[in-house]
Amino acid sequence: MTRRIAIVGGGTGGTVLANNLAEELTAEIDAGDVVVTLFNEGTDHVYKPVWLYVPFGQREPADGRRPLREVVDSRVDIRHDYVADVDPERKRLALADTERVSYDKLVIATGSQLAPDRVPGLVEGGHHFYGEDGARALRDELLTIEAGHIVLSVVGTPHMCPAAPLEFTFMVDDWLRERGRREAFDLTYTYPIMRVHGNEQIAEWAEPRLEARDIDVETMFNAEAVDPEAGTIESMEGTELDYDLLVSIPPHTGSDLVEAADLGQGGWVDVDKHTLEATGFDDVYAIGDAAQTGVPKAGSAAHYQANVVGQRLASEVRDRPAAAVYDGKTICFIETGMDDATFVEFDYERPPDPGEPTRAMHWSKLAYNESYWLTARGLL
Amino acid sequence: MTANQTTSEADATVDARNSTCPGPLMDLIAEIRSVDTGAVVVLLSDNENSTTEVQEWADQAGNDVLEIADEGDHYRIHVRKQ
Repeated sequence: MTRRIAIVGGGTGGTVLANNLAEELTAEIDAGDVVVTLFNEGTDHVYKPVWLYVPFGQREPADGRRPLREVVDSRVDIRHDYVADVDPERKRLALADTERVSYDKLVIATGSQLAPDRVPGLVEGGHHFYGEDGARALRDELLTIEAGHIVLSVVGTPHMCPAAPLEFTFMVDDWLRERGRREAFDLTYTYPIMRVHGNEQIAEWAEPRLEARDIDVETMFNAEAVDPEAGTIESMEGTELDYDLLVSIPPHTGSDLVEAADLGQGGWVDVDKHTLEATGFDDVYAIGDAAQTGVPKAGSAAHYQANVVGQRLASEVRDRPAAAVYDGKTICFIETGMDDATFVEFDYERPPDPGEPTRAMHWSKLAYNESYWLTARGLL
Repeated sequence: MTANQTTSEADATVDARNSTCPGPLMDLIAEIRSVDTGAVVVLLSDNENSTTEVQEWADQAGNDVLEIADEGDHYRIHVRKQ
């Protein structure tokens, strides 16, 4: 009997998993014993870390886009359908055209979506670099603005790539200095809790560096409303900041599919953080941003989780016990300017320990971004 | 507050046990954002810092910490949105 593995979502996690399965289960797929189907509405695979560089003119959005078919092994069946509903009890998916598709194993890899409209005025008054259009518009604004107050506000949590707000702040500071324009600007970084990053070790590392760059910090700042006309952002805690350019990390949301199927709150799937199995449902896994593991919503975490689930699924279709487990491993490069970066690696047991930034680490990050297309294919 | 006090009615629960990043307080704030004024959100956290951080944030944001209960391997913190 053919075993059907369905993956919903063709981002980093879904793509790496599909390629892992194609590699691991080559014989079974070729024999018709296993079918791997990747559902992704769009036809492109998008590598989001490219967007951080777009506002500074160092990358184009197109650099982060390739046809999904070119990135995914030909043994994987790709369907560009919108998955409208998941029924984990009956083990089937409903597609937008009302077609029903049954599965034996399901992996939710639906990622994160932006929800800036959750904060009044943010859509009209704020810029961001968490999407292609947003990153382009921010690039245009940075090229136009001559002086004033730039506010980087982490509005939404959880959000993709927890390092990115600090990275952007350090980069815009350095970018302005390189052009001799830093004196014309005040920079403020705001964060929702009492330190500058959710992770204590990274916060301790970042705080003196922000101070040394003369970047003002507002902690315990949870944006409640933005007034685009007045150029102000107000927090739940009663602080109001004037801005000339507001760069926000917008609120994020998970997939409606997850919420509707009762797989978890807010569109994030409740999972066992080691096995990545959905809580309360058989034969359902979640990986990447969609999985509520407690680790950051980062591409590296999605990649490592895909490896684990790939091994588990391969064992299961061969009727062997699934033994692979996820240890929380996450790696992040953190840009600290236009030419320097540091690096952290951590897991459920070991906290991150960011080191002194170096030029070599910056080039390592850029090299990794270029080689991403090989890692997504499972070649690196 | 003690573990023996009667728990308040919860309108939403945030299970942030094992949350390493961005952390339990950030998870709580995200939920507080989405509920109506007057709603009670319960945070489950195994990070002891949550007991002080949540109180500090709630004081600043004008929300009420109704109860902090020690459940042995985690804390159960009730917060009412004001």
